[in-house]
Amino acid sequence: MGLDTTIKSVLVIGSGPIVIGQACEFDYSGTQACRVLRAEGIRVILVNSNPATIMTDPEFADATYIEPITPEIIERIIAHEKPDAVLATLGGQTALNAAIGLYERGTLKKYGVRLIGADVDAINRGENRELFRGIVEKVGGESARSKICHTMEEIMEAVVVLKYPVVVRPSFTMGGLGSGIAFDEAELRQIAGAGLRHSPTSEVLLEESIIGWKEYELEVMRDRKDNVVIVCSIENLDPMGVHTGDSITVAPAMTLTDVEYQKLRDLSMDIIREVGVDTGGCNIQFAVNPDNGRIIVIEMNPRVSRSSALASKATGFPIAKIATKLAIGYTLDEIQNDITQVTPASFEPTLDYVVVKVPRFAFEKFADADPRLTTTMKSVGEAMAIGRSFSEALMKALRSLERKEAIFSWPVITESELSSLVQSMKIPTEYRLQQVQKAMWAGASIDQVYETTKIDRWYLRQIEVINEQATVIAQPGELSREILRAAKSQGFSDSQIAQLRGVTEEEVRKARHHLGIRPVYKTVDTCAAEFEAFTPYHYSSYEEETEVRPRTTPAIIILGSGPNRIGQGIEFDYSCVHASFALREAGFETIMINCNPETVSTDYDTSNRLYFEPLTLEDVLEVVHAETLAGPVLGVITQLGGQTPLGLASGLHENGVTILGTSPDAINLAEERGAFGNILAEQGLTAPKFGMASSQLEATTIAHDIGYPVLVRPSFVLGGRGMEIVYDDGALGGFIARATDITPDRPVLVDRFLDNAIEIDVDALFDGQELFLGGVMEHIEEAGIHSGDSACVLPSMTVTPEQWDEIRVATEKIARGVDVLGLINIQFAIADNTLYVLEANPRASRTVPFVSKATGVPLAKAAARISVGSTIAELRTEGLLPASRDGIARGVSVKEAVLPWNRFRRTDGRGVDAVLGPEMRSTGEVMGISPTFGESYAKSQIAAFGPLPKSGTVFISLADKDKATGIEPAKGFSDLGFHILATEGTALFLQKYGIECTTVRKNSEGTGSMGEKTIVDIINAGEIDLVINTPVGRGTRADGWAIRTAAVQRSIPCITTTAGFSAAVDAISFLQNNPLSIKSLQEWLA
Amino acid sequence: MSSAYLVLDDGRIFEGSSWAATGKTFGEAVFQTGMTGYQETLTDPSYHKQVVIMTAPHIGNTGVNDADNESAKIWVAGFVVRNPSSITSNWRAQNDLETELISQGIVGIQGVDTRAITRHLRDRGAMRVGIFSGLELSREEMVVEVRKAEAMSGAFLVRDVSTPETIVIPAIGEKKFTVAALDLGIKGATPRALAERGVEVHVMPFDSSVADIMATHPDGVFLSNGPGDPSTMTDVIDVVRQLLLTEIPLFGICFGHQILGRALGFETYKLQFGHRGINQPVMDKNTGKVEITAHNHGFAVKAPTDSEFSTVYGRGEVTHVCLNDGVVEGLQLIERPAFSVQYHPEAAAGPHDASYLFDRFVELMSKKVNA
Repeated sequence: MGLDTTIKSVLVIGSGPIVIGQACEFDYSGTQACRVLRAEGIRVILVNSNPATIMTDPEFADATYIEPITPEIIERIIAHEKPDAVLATLGGQTALNAAIGLYERGTLKKYGVRLIGADVDAINRGENRELFRGIVEKVGGESARSKICHTMEEIMEAVVVLKYPVVVRPSFTMGGLGSGIAFDEAELRQIAGAGLRHSPTSEVLLEESIIGWKEYELEVMRDRKDNVVIVCSIENLDPMGVHTGDSITVAPAMTLTDVEYQKLRDLSMDIIREVGVDTGGCNIQFAVNPDNGRIIVIEMNPRVSRSSALASKATGFPIAKIATKLAIGYTLDEIQNDITQVTPASFEPTLDYVVVKVPRFAFEKFADADPRLTTTMKSVGEAMAIGRSFSEALMKALRSLERKEAIFSWPVITESELSSLVQSMKIPTEYRLQQVQKAMWAGASIDQVYETTKIDRWYLRQIEVINEQATVIAQPGELSREILRAAKSQGFSDSQIAQLRGVTEEEVRKARHHLGIRPVYKTVDTCAAEFEAFTPYHYSSYEEETEVRPRTTPAIIILGSGPNRIGQGIEFDYSCVHASFALREAGFETIMINCNPETVSTDYDTSNRLYFEPLTLEDVLEVVHAETLAGPVLGVITQLGGQTPLGLASGLHENGVTILGTSPDAINLAEERGAFGNILAEQGLTAPKFGMASSQLEATTIAHDIGYPVLVRPSFVLGGRGMEIVYDDGALGGFIARATDITPDRPVLVDRFLDNAIEIDVDALFDGQELFLGGVMEHIEEAGIHSGDSACVLPSMTVTPEQWDEIRVATEKIARGVDVLGLINIQFAIADNTLYVLEANPRASRTVPFVSKATGVPLAKAAARISVGSTIAELRTEGLLPASRDGIARGVSVKEAVLPWNRFRRTDGRGVDAVLGPEMRSTGEVMGISPTFGESYAKSQIAAFGPLPKSGTVFISLADKDKATGIEPAKGFSDLGFHILATEGTALFLQKYGIECTTVRKNSEGTGSMGEKTIVDIINAGEIDLVINTPVGRGTRADGWAIRTAAVQRSIPCITTTAGFSAAVDAISFLQNNPLSIKSLQEWLA
Repeated sequence: MSSAYLVLDDGRIFEGSSWAATGKTFGEAVFQTGMTGYQETLTDPSYHKQVVIMTAPHIGNTGVNDADNESAKIWVAGFVVRNPSSITSNWRAQNDLETELISQGIVGIQGVDTRAITRHLRDRGAMRVGIFSGLELSREEMVVEVRKAEAMSGAFLVRDVSTPETIVIPAIGEKKFTVAALDLGIKGATPRALAERGVEVHVMPFDSSVADIMATHPDGVFLSNGPGDPSTMTDVIDVVRQLLLTEIPLFGICFGHQILGRALGFETYKLQFGHRGINQPVMDKNTGKVEITAHNHGFAVKAPTDSEFSTVYGRGEVTHVCLNDGVVEGLQLIERPAFSVQYHPEAAAGPHDASYLFDRFVELMSKKVNA
């Protein structure tokens, strides 16, 4: 059939900011889509509000719109660009919902645009629970008994029949948002109530509980000739009850016979046909009763999903790429398998290895969040590992998480500890598998653990085998070749073996190398070696034969950033991918090491070679060794993937590996506060007073010397982990006791906190001679809010030319002083006309992609080139950097952070506090670009949180410290025609300044004698359009917390800083008088 | 657990550990790429005299059960796995895999680099192999023994696997037709698939004469899968040639397809390493649609794929080809009711995409009956 030649241009809809349940897997899929379309000569128009994506790089589309993904904006893009078709199946639920919105507005019809990939009817049949149920029944499958409800009354009637526990699933939400399991009426009212609100159609499904059943997913593809293939089967180690995104998952399915697997396959094929997805992929989930094999079809996603990204990486079958080709007319048999180059894509990959994916959580960021895992996804990232056995893959995956607690260990466990382990594993939490492993180590039987967790006995037996191996390793006597080989083959790391033997990791490694025990590297080839593979996509295993091919071109190894987490996400993958592209263009071979299946960096097309391996010293050293045997290796780039590779730099260096770019010594210099302080002093730069405390007493002394408020945090962390602003001795003592294990090795930093300072972020390049200032960003939130959570604007709005010059001079001094070769990010603060240096990081920062988009300068590419010897002058000549001057922002760009408040609840079921602080909590970001600050800020808010009100009622509650700065914006809202409500203190204050406002009751005041409602009641009643609430110091002061959580639960915009308050005035004022403009990045950069 | 060795004809030796029965065994080394279905593979008579290397690394997780057997016994000559399961976990399991293998005396080996073996066979072709466990033999002695073993080319193995006397499998529900099935190593799933369609199946010895077959008053004749070299099957080919003249609908699978091919005058040849797996894409040339199919064949029919051909039985055509390598996967006569496929519409193990072929066979029979 071939390419549909009537399609000359396609609008691709991206997935917007990284949020829980929708992460960089959609950058991976969207990037593939753009590449495929352009390779076919199709004009690509892209809309995505997320600047940190590869897909929004100007070279991946013909017209890239970094605009909010709303039907209104997309309609304007369609009107302007007149595409032939819209492709929405690769941008997650966001894109799919936008497509439905376009259909409902009549936009598609009006402009004669086709929806390709999946049509509206198919999307509805797949997503509408009632329709989908009908389809399952029609093809002879079974659904869980359930009832669709639109009101609380219907819910209460339904549960009488379905009985507790009962599962609640809101319709049309992503990542299972708002779903949960209710064990009694109170829980049901609370979960289902939230579900009704979250669902765009106010619809929830109540369903019989199948908790504890086996859970499977099949990835299915279908073309327009009705050819259907199953790309991958995925089995959840965690049985039903834990969202699949939060489960440990295994590919292929391990515990089904062919007869049982074929039943799932047949059902999947019947379902995709009946739903009518005819040019793309979908994902279908099943539950299987472990006692009798009864199968229940849970749901399907009529689009590329997180699981499809996992399945693509797990099999080597690029689902998004193939889905795009199917959408533009090709059939599966017309598409070649990239890996074998001779066989077609109309086949089913077969694996000769095991893949394990483990989720990465961020509960430590949300101290009061309920740690139970449920059907609402809470993990922020994932790591994947490949091995020739389940245990090898599992052990590698667990160490890929970079969490000490996740790695199996074998301590002495007392009787009482055992019973508490068995008790706690009943409830799934982040470390349940570790509890299982320890309980079994302490003697719990497979049956006992099975009865408690319903984890399949096969997996429990594998854990038991690992424990048995640990016993063998720990036995006194020689660590023989046989034992060591067996241990490595089971996936034990050198460090685990060292721990069991009571020696150092280094000693184990030496002994192992002495015995010649090293991993070999096998290839992911889709076909279990039946055909030759042409893509060097490797994983390690302790086996006989390696498949690494010799090479002659000098290679550069790039270390990725591992699993996404708060503080280290897609932005770092972006820089790694850019480095790979730039170095390939410059004639080097690039070798990527990473373990994050969601990313573009782990696409086998991105680098010359891909090693899907944990980012630990051992695993990286082995790859370096294998590649050094294969051909010349110039060195390793560690400065682009964030803290993970940076943390490996000195270990690699000590083992004789060349680190390209900024040296490990220089990195230490910048991270070590004392040494860095000396550089600042030498250069005549000012830092806020600070001290390093290795005891509680010392901390108090330093705080008194500096003066409160102070900012305290453990040293060597990313993302402001454990950082807090404290105002007195009591709070300081409390913080140290609660949040740190303070020792001389693990000191605590105590900094002066600059109240009301302007914070500045700078990204720059330095080659040893010349500085290139990429961008000077001004934070919108004042100092004290983590830079990752603060909105920022480029160019800076209030920095004077003199200050700008001062910043540039300071940046150059620091870059020279630290001896940077590549990128450096510096945070400054301006307070009382003084420029303070807060911190410097000689590596790619979170803001590199934002700055690159806003200025059109590919900073990460330049950094990669500098680290292999190019100078800024050369790169200017070459055209990679501008011919002269620094980076100049085109238009005004605002970056806004997106926060996951609505994902977490406290154990009492109520929301966690939605307040910004020095600890980073955002999962992603959006960008708004336009000619003015007001419009750009408006765009950023719409993209991040949804529409801003143009009129209506605003509720204002200001902390005393914020009252003065709040007058102007409050007056602004009044002038814009908003009705203002305020609680008593704020109301009196505003009235004093002549601002008209109505006093309402605080939550703590309760309902008034005449039935006057409290502000929380008013918010819940939907009578407020915007909430301004600035918190008082630390802690969840009950009133503010109740207001903010009510706003979050009802999806009402909630602003928690006065700076944000002022910016909102500019934004709304713009929106009242103008439509939002649209302009492609290519036009901005032209 | 003692050392065991997998020794290939060309002298390459892989060391692993003993598993299942100990001792020694010989056969043709073949790799099987299915991720599910080891029990069906073990009990498939087509694997007679073959040492099967499973590319899936974990084998035995779900144990074995009576329902999934494809015949009364395990047929593989030896079984090679990376990680045998030390636990059986499945609600249908009745026995552990290793226990079952030991009770049937099947020599196995575990802990070998099965991917390296597969790559070796892919590059060098299927060859003779031996597994030695619990024996004190030098490497040279082992290689010599392997080279003494019988090769697959020219092997006549049907006598070992065929039923000694006719077995009748009743139709499920109303009986519509009778099929005489020549058992060349038939799998249980085939008569099951026919019985489900109202067919009474007479599974007959491979050396049944035309008269024996006609005595069952068949509405159709089926030629089953089976082991060995199709070029050795001269007697059965003769029988097929006579049947072709009777206008009785004829359907062949796998070995049966090769026999039909030879009966039509085509050559058969040995593939480099064969097709053994459950993920093979086959295109139906008439509809252009692709089926994902189960394969288990080391030989193939050489027939023209780009145009019709003529035979003494009239015009014919290649109906199916494997998209991986262009191998002929299906034949049919245009003027007579005879067709065959190289792959396994009965699946077991494998996808059910091709089950429509049984419907096609039933359709031919009903046309014949109604005509």
